[in-house]
Amino acid sequence: MAAAAAGAGSGPWAAQEKQFPPALLSFFIYNPRFGPREGQEENKILFYHPNEVEKNEKIRNVGLCEAIVQFTRTFSPSKPAKSLHTQKNRQFFNEPEENFWMVMVVRNPIIEKQSKDGKPVIEYQEEELLDKVYSSVLRQCYSMYKLFNGTFLKAMEDGGVKLLKERLEKFFHRYLQTLHLQSCDLLDIFGGISFFPLDKMTYLKIQSFINRMEESLNIVKYTAFLYNDQLIWSGLEQDDMRILYKYLTTSLFPRHIEPELAGRDSPIRAEMPGNLQHYGRFLTGPLNLNDPDAKCRFPKIFVNTDDTYEELHLIVYKAMSAAVCFMIDGGSEKEPQFKFIYFNHMNLAEKSTVHMRKTPSVSLTSVHPDLMKILGDINSDFTRVDEDEEIIVKAMSDYWVVGKKSDRRELYVILNQKNANLIEVNEEVKKLCATQFNNIFFLD
Amino acid sequence: MGEEDYYLELCERPVQFEKANPVNCVFFDEANKQVFAVRSGGATGVVVKGPDDRNPISFRMDDKGEVKCIKFSLENKILAVQRTSKTVDFCNFIPDNSQLEYTQECKTKNANILGFCWTSSTEIVFITDQGIEFYQVLPEKRSLKLLKSHNLNVNWYMYCPESAVILLSTTVLENVLQPFHFRFPPKQAGTMSKLPKFEIELPAAPKSTKPSLSERDIAMATIYGQLYVLFLRHHSRTSNSTGAEVVLYHLPREGACKKMHILKLNRTGKFALNVVDNLVVVHHQDTETSVIFDIKLRGEFDGSVTFHHPVLPARSIQPYQIPITGPAAVTSQSPVPCKLYSSSWIVFQPDIIISASQGYLWNLQVKLEPIVNLLPDKGRLMDFLLQRKECKMVILSVCSQMLSESDRASLPVIATVFDKLNHEYKKYLDAEQSYAMAVEAGQSRSSPLLKRPVRTQAVLDQSDVYTHVLSAFVEKKEMPHKFVIAVLMEYIRSLNQFQIAVQHYLHELVIKTLVQHNLFYMLHQFLQYHVLSDSKPLACLLLSLESFYPPAHQLSLDMLKRLSTANDEIVEVLLSKHQVLAALRFIRGIGGHDNISARKFLDAAKQTEDNMLFYTIFRFFEQRNQRLRGSPNFTPGEHCEEHVAFFKQIFGDQALMRPTTF
Repeated sequence: MAAAAAGAGSGPWAAQEKQFPPALLSFFIYNPRFGPREGQEENKILFYHPNEVEKNEKIRNVGLCEAIVQFTRTFSPSKPAKSLHTQKNRQFFNEPEENFWMVMVVRNPIIEKQSKDGKPVIEYQEEELLDKVYSSVLRQCYSMYKLFNGTFLKAMEDGGVKLLKERLEKFFHRYLQTLHLQSCDLLDIFGGISFFPLDKMTYLKIQSFINRMEESLNIVKYTAFLYNDQLIWSGLEQDDMRILYKYLTTSLFPRHIEPELAGRDSPIRAEMPGNLQHYGRFLTGPLNLNDPDAKCRFPKIFVNTDDTYEELHLIVYKAMSAAVCFMIDGGSEKEPQFKFIYFNHMNLAEKSTVHMRKTPSVSLTSVHPDLMKILGDINSDFTRVDEDEEIIVKAMSDYWVVGKKSDRRELYVILNQKNANLIEVNEEVKKLCATQFNNIFFLD
Repeated sequence: MGEEDYYLELCERPVQFEKANPVNCVFFDEANKQVFAVRSGGATGVVVKGPDDRNPISFRMDDKGEVKCIKFSLENKILAVQRTSKTVDFCNFIPDNSQLEYTQECKTKNANILGFCWTSSTEIVFITDQGIEFYQVLPEKRSLKLLKSHNLNVNWYMYCPESAVILLSTTVLENVLQPFHFRFPPKQAGTMSKLPKFEIELPAAPKSTKPSLSERDIAMATIYGQLYVLFLRHHSRTSNSTGAEVVLYHLPREGACKKMHILKLNRTGKFALNVVDNLVVVHHQDTETSVIFDIKLRGEFDGSVTFHHPVLPARSIQPYQIPITGPAAVTSQSPVPCKLYSSSWIVFQPDIIISASQGYLWNLQVKLEPIVNLLPDKGRLMDFLLQRKECKMVILSVCSQMLSESDRASLPVIATVFDKLNHEYKKYLDAEQSYAMAVEAGQSRSSPLLKRPVRTQAVLDQSDVYTHVLSAFVEKKEMPHKFVIAVLMEYIRSLNQFQIAVQHYLHELVIKTLVQHNLFYMLHQFLQYHVLSDSKPLACLLLSLESFYPPAHQLSLDMLKRLSTANDEIVEVLLSKHQVLAALRFIRGIGGHDNISARKFLDAAKQTEDNMLFYTIFRFFEQRNQRLRGSPNFTPGEHCEEHVAFFKQIFGDQALMRPTTF
């Protein structure tokens, strides 16, 4: 049929033929574990595009995918179905994290012909789409999400299903609009990186620049250097760089190229941050370096998610054709390595960083129940005696639990510190008291 | 002040001589660096000691009056003694020559001899108050022959034996200096040439006193291969200068003398000068300290003269204990501390300090180790150290120190140090190369000026830096790997910048470090940009990494291909991966298939346990045999009997290729 269509294209009927490229029909993410029982199916759906679709249809479509995957798994347990071909569309399945499924439904390209009686005839081009191309696009969707949001699992750990749904909605709502499905091809399968050809000496000088910069600014953990949208150096590992490169070259750089091309007096140009005398500017990062109160806008990225799981801030500086990506430690916003519960019997003041949510029905704590039990045990010890005391318990794995009773105040601290000894733990608690309770008199 | 602070010291083994006293006169000869102790005018003995000869020369001579000056000619051949103001007496010390004294009177009438200098083993210059007379001594005839003379009024003179230049002070103010240069073409009589005279600017003095240039304020020394006249210009109250200064006049072989450098002393009082290891050392008696100046270090240039400040803060010469010798050593007497900066010290150029009252002659020495901590600017420290004679180990220790955990320098500083080292290294490599080219071109015979470049200690090559600095540095566990790699890359960058080919072991060090920290992607990028140059050992190293990092295999093969001399290695690599057909295609592609060993390929094919592959390979070689020798059979030399048998066993006798007959 494809051949026929091509032949028709050059025929006398060509003028009356309309072609429609492949288009995104729907895109959804679900986890079958979240609604295993009947009546709870809606809970499985974490994200659904387009959102306007009626609830039952969403549930049906998700259910169908689940069934297909489940069914095909019986034939090939290790390699479940990747795509489903129908006359009108193709569905692509991807399970990037265990039990999290992403599905993308792409409508086949259409040729609309004028029949002899003047009625339009629609022909679906079933064989036009390449499985590998669109499977890669789907995988890339996940990689891009992960780059800016971390893994699904991490979102679950941080704030449960609610947070994950929020993140998915926020990210994919915008991202799906930038998918140009009609222009995807072999290069999307490769997801390659274009390298800038460079002589050895210049390359070494760039190396030297990066090393010096990272030495003097030790918040910079990784650096990438690009020229003319081509990569010269990446401090990131290959897989992370691959997706970051994709983001830079298909999203960030093109977005900023327009004001740059515009003339100096153009109104778009006026919005550009930085000094106009200078060609260099931050694409992400501080709008104005001279103003310390100026807003800093830069995306967070997540790298090495299989391993060390690092959260970084991406600051991109571009001067002429050269671009440097500074990936700085997001550590300042990292969760503290300790959690505590504080209570003062005198005014009943209570403070907890252990509990995330406490409602009459549920009490969600962010620490292991065993640790909570140790806290309870320490509390019983405290009630038994009147004197002030301090109890330090080495709990499982890398956890230490410290209970401190001082003048009718109780403080419980859970520390997660690898290979710490008693003295170091004691020091940490002192530091904590100094930072969190510096206006309170704690007996040592 | 800790001991590590003193950067000047007196040599450990001074020349010891009998103290000067009313019956023992002491003389010093700057040309031979000998001390003469003349007892009772020589009647009770003359003892001559030099710095190198441990066996002093002793002899007696008749007391014919007070000795004013006594010196050996070069190589101790002839002794000259001045006892009167008109004559000089000579005595041969050449075996088989008469030892009877002979005398020469100065030619100029009414002139008084101020002194004399030997300019060679048989040539001597008399300096009189009316000019100079240049003689050749004919020892066998016991007479002298006047070669040349020149008349002018002389106040005083100075001789620099290293450059064979005599400086005469003329005019009433004594500040016009007339240099003469003596040349000694081999086996010819020496020549004397007059150089352009020049005037030393005297500082303004109060009208009551007559300004004049004192001999004490002038010195001559060779600094960085050039002759300089050093003038110690004292602080004058009328000028607004902040203190005394040393003015350096450059005295070239040809052309006029030019004022070049001014060393600012920032103090007043009594000074003495030495030149050690191309450094100008200025001793200050009032504070009993010394400072050093290096005219090669960057100073402030005002368009004609460069102003220099002391390289380091002023320090005393390291305290010195007079060694106890003889019977005193047996008694438990403690060594006597020597009085430094004593008023009885006499200083000679370039590096000699004599205490006539104590009977010692020392050479002044510069200690480099303490300077490392006194000069915090590492770039300046390197500039300084690279000009010193015995600098190698100190420089290497500075490098190690700046890479140590406690004294870690910043990368820009490390880069500067590497650049300075490699600048020196490159200069030497270039000199070496142009010498080699000149030798090849056969210029060595025609041009006597062509000399093999001297490798000074300042030339630190890659193996020095590798052995003494980098190999230990990368082993340090506590060092962050990011810093280790940055340092290695900085060194490689510096070598490349000076277009010095980087040695394989440095690349290996980089790879080792990257692999240790699993930074394979970084390694991959370095290779991609050819930062690590292609070489067979590197390719082999990469091959060995394949199990940790699979792409290393591809990188290695690419490298072998680029080398274009590693075809055998490529074949081996492919065979080891059981890619027998690929290996065969490759070797055929480069036209080497007629010379390869059939056995090797058949072995590899058999190992794959792929019978069809074995068949294909076997057939290929049968065809080769047919083409080369007209028969498909293997020769016994190819040792393929086992494979033929295997072939027959699997495919049968009839499968063997039949010889084509015509």
